[in-house]
Amino acid sequence: MKRYRIGPIESLPVQTGRVVYIENREIAVFRLSNGEVQAVENRCPHKGGPLAEGIVSGNYVFCPLHDRKINLKDGLVQKPDIGCVRTYPVELIEGTVILGIPVKEAAISG
Amino acid sequence: MNKKKLVLIGNGMAGINTIEHILKLGNERYDITIFGSEPHPNYNRILLSSVLAGNAEMDDIILNNWNWYEENNIRLYAGHTVNRIDTENKLVYTDTGVCEPYDELIIATGSVPFILPLPGADREGVIAFRDIKDCETMMEAAKRYKKAVVIGGGLLGLEAAKGLLNLNMEVAVVHISDYLMERQLDSTGSEMLRAELERQGMKFLLSRQTEEILGDDRVTGLRFKDGTSVEADLVVMAVGIRPSVQLARASDIEVNRGIVVNDYMETNRPHVYAVGECAEHQGIVYGLVAPLYEQGAVLAKRLCGVETAPYKGSVISTKLKVSGVDVFSAGEFMDGPDTRSIRIHDEWNGVYKKVLVRNNRIIGGVLFGDTNESSRLFQWIRNRAEMTPKIHASLLGLAAEGNGSGGADTVADLDNEEIICGCNGVSKGDIVSAIQEKGLTTVDEVKGCTGASRSCGGCKPLVTQLLGHALGDEFDSAGIQKEGICPCTPLTHDEVVAAIREKQLTHMREVMHVLEWNTEEGCSKCRPALNYYLGMVWPEAYADDRNSRFVNEKVHANIQKDGTYSVVPRMYGGVTSPEELRRIADVAEKYQVRMIKVTGGQRLDLLGVSKENLPQIWEELGMPSGYAYAKAVRTVKTCVGETFCRFGTQDSIQMGIDMEKKYERLNTPAKVKMAVSACPRNCAESGIKDLGIVGVDGGWEIFVGGNGGVNLRKGGLLCKVKTREEVLDITGAYLQYYRETGQYGERTSEWVERMGLEHIKRVVVDDKEGRKLLLQRIDIALAQLVDPWEEIVRDAGIRETMFEEIKASSL
Repeated sequence: MKRYRIGPIESLPVQTGRVVYIENREIAVFRLSNGEVQAVENRCPHKGGPLAEGIVSGNYVFCPLHDRKINLKDGLVQKPDIGCVRTYPVELIEGTVILGIPVKEAAISG
Repeated sequence: MNKKKLVLIGNGMAGINTIEHILKLGNERYDITIFGSEPHPNYNRILLSSVLAGNAEMDDIILNNWNWYEENNIRLYAGHTVNRIDTENKLVYTDTGVCEPYDELIIATGSVPFILPLPGADREGVIAFRDIKDCETMMEAAKRYKKAVVIGGGLLGLEAAKGLLNLNMEVAVVHISDYLMERQLDSTGSEMLRAELERQGMKFLLSRQTEEILGDDRVTGLRFKDGTSVEADLVVMAVGIRPSVQLARASDIEVNRGIVVNDYMETNRPHVYAVGECAEHQGIVYGLVAPLYEQGAVLAKRLCGVETAPYKGSVISTKLKVSGVDVFSAGEFMDGPDTRSIRIHDEWNGVYKKVLVRNNRIIGGVLFGDTNESSRLFQWIRNRAEMTPKIHASLLGLAAEGNGSGGADTVADLDNEEIICGCNGVSKGDIVSAIQEKGLTTVDEVKGCTGASRSCGGCKPLVTQLLGHALGDEFDSAGIQKEGICPCTPLTHDEVVAAIREKQLTHMREVMHVLEWNTEEGCSKCRPALNYYLGMVWPEAYADDRNSRFVNEKVHANIQKDGTYSVVPRMYGGVTSPEELRRIADVAEKYQVRMIKVTGGQRLDLLGVSKENLPQIWEELGMPSGYAYAKAVRTVKTCVGETFCRFGTQDSIQMGIDMEKKYERLNTPAKVKMAVSACPRNCAESGIKDLGIVGVDGGWEIFVGGNGGVNLRKGGLLCKVKTREEVLDITGAYLQYYRETGQYGERTSEWVERMGLEHIKRVVVDDKEGRKLLLQRIDIALAQLVDPWEEIVRDAGIRETMFEEIKASSL
């Protein structure tokens, strides 16, 4: 696992997403109302919508293009639609958000 | 355990549906490889006619996008045609040199259009109507040529003809029979269909047999056997389809008209199966989608070792997908010596219904003009239901409409296996168990849970009946009419607004808590609605919640399909200046805007802008936001008016500018488009606007509730006034009343119909005291508004968190 510093938690507004590019990946980072931070690939499996722009509710995001509902914790698209997006592990250490990219994959895409 | 290799030849609806069934059964047995000749993922071929008719984009009809294959670990060879199967060694070969072994092989090669072997059939401009490419050829031809001839007056031919008509071509349909769709309609239904299509502008050449296609390189016309001829720049052959069986035949698989299969879709070769339009089951080759899905379900279970009932053939139904014409046909429809029929022929309303009965069982029927009963009729036909006095009464329209007990009895008779929603393959059993296990009570909940009624909505009546049947007395029939805002609450829009006022609710969380929302933070439907209602009821106290707004309203630009945005600055009344145009041109060049487009609302749209450039562009434009993205007052379109026009009776431009300056930025339940014309020639199209003004000698007429979009509607005359001030006041009062009573998402065209124009007149025009109060309230709302572009340009914090990406650093 390769780790990246995203920045202080305050740089992420609550209930919304921001985009970060790491190793040619476009990742959407969300700070939820309960304080948790989740990160997923910024691409809806349906038609590639930018999830960071979607409405965030609890731990779900609604894709801004066609309203697919996606669970940010496991990346699963909710019924009756199907599919999933890749999730990335996030740690919160003393107010700093750290994002992990699996090493094997990092090597492939890098 | 090593997985077995499953190979599918044919990347179309029948084959992919089989694969989807296999995946649903929890595929652990197979590595799946798919070969498809077309360079596209699986798309909905049935909807090609909608693409042609301009009702859908190519992208909209993709059923399984590229990601779907990847996510399910399916190897797809798109654009590779399999040209040989070695059934001895279990190998398939393609024209591109791929060789793939299989353990199990599905052939789903579909069918090919039948091209009449006429002299000249190979000329340029002679095509079939089968795939995306044909569709593109037709759309391209429509741009350059005028005259189209469709050969074939069946389902496909008429859909193609309608599409070409929509593309502004002159269209003639040549048909060999005296009657259109003679395989689905009797002469009465067919005559009515022809009359309706002629009214829409289609021409017909019936009982004609084509002898030759004329022209040198490109087609110029057709000559018929009777010696007559017709000119044509484009000829579409839609005379039928043939199962695509060459590959199977060349590979020693038994072929009759189609590839011969048994009740489990097995061919005569072990481990080789066929489904869809290429397969022949008990002498029948099906060319419609529902049977293909039924076959796919059986085959998937067979391949996964799940017990299944054998496929016993399908009863088919047909619906013509041509706007403005409702035609349904299923089973037998021609009278015979042993049949009796129930017939309703209402020429005044253009409705025709015919139900055919043999030995007192319903065996088929035709509906024209009113196809509301098609799903029920189809169920009766499938089940060979007995003709009862109750069914008879309901066909004649004598029984009470809605969820009468007659309906419930009918759904009760259905087997659990029966498919209720043909689009999404949802059975009665699926729906009933979802209702029981998850405690569903509304059609919307069933839709959300099972997908039934989600695509075309045709099965809604049946789903409603199932709910009534499954819930019995608990079923609140009134509740069907009463739709909640979203699945988070059973409350309607009106109930929520009333509660916000009465209980003095001022925050979103408070609303959700007090009104017992069943989700923690709502959803993408209710959050924007609540944000609007709270802002409307408490304009001064409520702080707008940016995160409850849809992306366009959040970033103040229109998101496009590729994730870029478009920028539409405000041009009051559609008037601009050389200086403004220069700035727009400079910005467009500097930021490499992909396209500048004149909008329908008389403004300029800068398309293809990346999100991070938005604030700089706004700053350099130095113009206010045109709100082209918002549920708000959009534009006021104007005609040139008396300043220049020789017919103008009023200064429409200045009136438009005054209205736009006064009411710009105002949030409304749905977008509001306005227009001002200076005379009844109405060049600004005031008759189809949410509010449209028409100047007449000595005054102004005000029209409301018009719509030029989805719900095309002519505005109604609200009143006639004399002065500029009166126009502004009536406009303000009307807008405010709409804001206060409109449901979020409801356009004024729907709102005016719901409230009644007379009622709105009384409130906005007749009640002068009431109007004063409405105007006071709208002034308070207007006072809160600032230009969002300027606000963001000035706020570095918002710019960073909303528009810039995060810079990560490696640890």
